[in-house]
Amino acid sequence: MKEAVELLALHDGRAHVLAGGTDLLVKLRGGFVAPQVVVDVKAIPQLRGIESDARGFRIGAATSCAELAEHAAFSAAWPGVVEALHLIGSTQIQGRASAGGNLCNASPAADSVPAMIAAGAICQVAGPAGEREVPVEKIVTGPGRTSLARGEFVVGFRLPKPPPRSGDAYLRLIPRTEMDIAVVGVGVSLALDDKGVCTHARVGLGAVAPTALLVEAAGKALIGTRLDAPALAALAAATSAVCKPIDDKRGTIAYRIKVAGVLARRTAAIAFDRARARNP
Amino acid sequence: MDGTRKFKVATKHHVTTTINGDPAEFLCTPEQTLLDVLRDVLYLTGSKEGCASGDCGACSVILDGRLVCSCLVLGVEAEGRDVETIEGMANGDELHPLQQKFLEHAALQCGICTPGFLVAAKALLARNPDPTETEVRYWLAGNLCRCTGYDKIVRAVLDAAAEMRGN
Repeated sequence: MKEAVELLALHDGRAHVLAGGTDLLVKLRGGFVAPQVVVDVKAIPQLRGIESDARGFRIGAATSCAELAEHAAFSAAWPGVVEALHLIGSTQIQGRASAGGNLCNASPAADSVPAMIAAGAICQVAGPAGEREVPVEKIVTGPGRTSLARGEFVVGFRLPKPPPRSGDAYLRLIPRTEMDIAVVGVGVSLALDDKGVCTHARVGLGAVAPTALLVEAAGKALIGTRLDAPALAALAAATSAVCKPIDDKRGTIAYRIKVAGVLARRTAAIAFDRARARNP
Repeated sequence: MDGTRKFKVATKHHVTTTINGDPAEFLCTPEQTLLDVLRDVLYLTGSKEGCASGDCGACSVILDGRLVCSCLVLGVEAEGRDVETIEGMANGDELHPLQQKFLEHAALQCGICTPGFLVAAKALLARNPDPTETEVRYWLAGNLCRCTGYDKIVRAVLDAAAEMRGN
């Protein structure tokens, strides 16, 4: 860990972190990046694997999506995060791609990021000044850009133990059924009280702004409700309201804004069903 | 890593690995992919380069039991690992059941995608000996074929799975 931090700091701007390599090798090949040094962080023990304790889960930043999806306890606790991770690429990509890489590649359309934001994931960052923790939504600052300082890299993520009567979900829209980049992606995590009323809700939104967003107003629209029609309409409106999408071949601005609201409702409904199924 | 600090010229790395069960050693530059090493250094040319961006699956190999695109793995990452390629699939002159079924079902035309499909299908059956058609199609979604239309490939995999289960 110390050696990785030193190398990254020493070659600042000319060093690149290698996790699964599914984005970096394509960029190297295409000449989009020409690092002096590539630091393979997969060999650092803290970056691999899944641990759990009474407070929740800790996942190593370079753990492959396939390993995360195969982990029964993690999949049961955070099904929405796992379904988002599982949507990243083909079987071959799943064997290499990681949550840390998906975040730090800083694509606005990264699938795992809205789900991680909804789940309230905390990023563990190592750097020359030691380790610090940052909410996942604070890492990416724009397409291809992060808030990580000189010599810093993401080591892992902490996710809380889901409370009773809680659930999360992730949906993305693509024009096909597989192997495509999100037009819109929505993650929702919520918790209910013993009467089925929503007490906590977080909404993460991807592919409709320069970064994935935490949509606080959308979460607030659900709190105190049983996700009835007016609550879902308010959720959709709050989600659509924060969209600042681009116009491209995958979708027009108007289409993406509309779909963001629709997808938020559908995702919230799945999270709601999961929360009720988890009723102790 | 001291060498890379002092010299900008990429020096070659000595890598010790296992390929198809046999110990192997090679020299490669830091930016060479595992696919480049397999094809250009070790002359294992069964793995094909289709897209070089992880989209087509023609370069599929099994790395420590995981199906990966060798175009997205650096050669140096093979150090101490276990690599299985298409060359390790047949047992001498005896074809693997998947290879045999690909022939019987005419599941190939030009053949460029075939090694990748075979390695990917082998990885699937190692994990799931009795996959449904849907499972086969999703598992192979990262392998592109522009000739057959996939149906014959899927049928060949299902038939091979049945044979390997002893049905």
